[in-house]
Amino acid sequence: MNRIHYLFKDRLALFSFLLITTTLLVGIFAPWVAPNDPQEVHMNLRFASVSWKYLLGNDHLGRCVLSRLIYGIRPSVLWVLITLAISVGIGAVVGFVAGYFKEKTDAFLMRICDIMFSFPGYVMTLAIIGVLGVGIENILLAFVLIKWAWFARIIRTSVIQHSNAEYVKFSKALGTSSFKIMRMHILPVTLPDIIVTSSSSFSSMVLQISGFSFLGLGVQAPHAEWGMMLNEARQVMFSRPEVMLAPGITTIIFVSAVNFFTDALQIALDPKLTPIGREHRKGLKQRANLHRGEVA
Amino acid sequence: MLVVDQVNKYYRKGGMFSRERQQVLNNINFQYNLGECLGIIGESGCGKSTLGRLLLGIEKPESGSILLHGEELVKKGTGKVAMSAVFQDYTSSINPFFTVEQAIMEALNMKPGKRKLKASKVDYYLQHVGLELSCRNKYPHELSGGQVQRVCIARAIATESPCILLDEAISSLDGSVQIQILELLKKLKDRDKLGYIFITHDIQSAAYLCNRVMIMRNGEIEEIVNIEHLKDVQSPYARKMLEMIMA
Repeated sequence: MNRIHYLFKDRLALFSFLLITTTLLVGIFAPWVAPNDPQEVHMNLRFASVSWKYLLGNDHLGRCVLSRLIYGIRPSVLWVLITLAISVGIGAVVGFVAGYFKEKTDAFLMRICDIMFSFPGYVMTLAIIGVLGVGIENILLAFVLIKWAWFARIIRTSVIQHSNAEYVKFSKALGTSSFKIMRMHILPVTLPDIIVTSSSSFSSMVLQISGFSFLGLGVQAPHAEWGMMLNEARQVMFSRPEVMLAPGITTIIFVSAVNFFTDALQIALDPKLTPIGREHRKGLKQRANLHRGEVA
Repeated sequence: MLVVDQVNKYYRKGGMFSRERQQVLNNINFQYNLGECLGIIGESGCGKSTLGRLLLGIEKPESGSILLHGEELVKKGTGKVAMSAVFQDYTSSINPFFTVEQAIMEALNMKPGKRKLKASKVDYYLQHVGLELSCRNKYPHELSGGQVQRVCIARAIATESPCILLDEAISSLDGSVQIQILELLKKLKDRDKLGYIFITHDIQSAAYLCNRVMIMRNGEIEEIVNIEHLKDVQSPYARKMLEMIMA
């Protein structure tokens, strides 16, 4: 990862990175950061507007919106990230093995993936909740079970594409072990693809979690979650539209930051997409002068 | 001496449960003396590249053996590379995420030894193939086709293997660069006593570089001749091929 410094030359990427890390830290240290108890009800403060004690106002039960947002980071961001990491991890292992060894291994693993695909995702989630009970951890378990096959498919395609390259052939001719070839050659090349696909599914997972919370199957009522806050606001959409703003804007900003960041990460990791710096351009010019003999 | 003895290779056709096979190499027998340059000539699809992959040990033959001094070719982890390679497609022959230095270091790292010592060897190999030392920290997409191919040659000789397999190594370059690379290969052959197995479909470049040529057709060896006797080939196919070039 010696190319990471390219990432922070991009201002937007740096800003997104700071925003994401701040969010994560605030989520982890929620009890110390949040100004109020997120579950404390003040019926006299229903839909109260912004005040010094309640910086983002109060919701329909008079609870502190800011504190609820902060506590909501945990299920909405932290748990989703962990779930994503697990499913991408399983998918990557399966995808690498299938894509690299091909033939029978590939056929076997991909048929398993096909079987996983034949279960409709939402129905599978509902079935798991039906068996294991209501709760966010069961939804996340269902997500892992469904999503890994999808990641395996995408990562396999990317691995196959690169494992036929001639630098892999050369490495094989040197007698390098398969594991080392995967780690040294194929992982860095496929990493941008993996990052971009997982970031795009991150936002859809956040939305799905809130969808299940809305159905009452995910995060349970007094606990805060961004999607659930939106749903609570939805009930008063026409009389108090401003209640929607806080969770809505937070979700949009965070998901955009993730997307910007991964986009920049992809560019930073790929030497071919790195913009040519000033010193570098000078080097190119020199080379052009020195190598006039060579045509192509 | 490298001995290829009754090598057969099939590829499976059709789907998962198909038993249909296509024979790509049929009973290949030849000997290769270390230090000589053997050209393998044939039209597309005649099995030359498959034979190349077998020689490199990337794939295994279905039957028959390929032995170097009576031993199996590839032994993992020993750091000894029997045969090194330069491939055709210079756009994918170096990992796009590797600098020139890293690419050459990969070959050097196969052998035991101090990392620092190896890093100092990179410059030596770059000069050896006529590249500027400023290329060291460049990525392959910043180099021209001829330069990438030179890096590949440097990487191949850095393995210190006695023989280099050139699989259409100059075919994707344009005319004048082809000649430069051929001259470099010839120079290295004379200076370092390197041997080549030169897979190509271009008889002229094979005639320039090789001591012997092997003409292949449909997975079989048609004829092996010394380059001095190239005019006197016996088999009708080889004759026809030569006539087409002379005309």
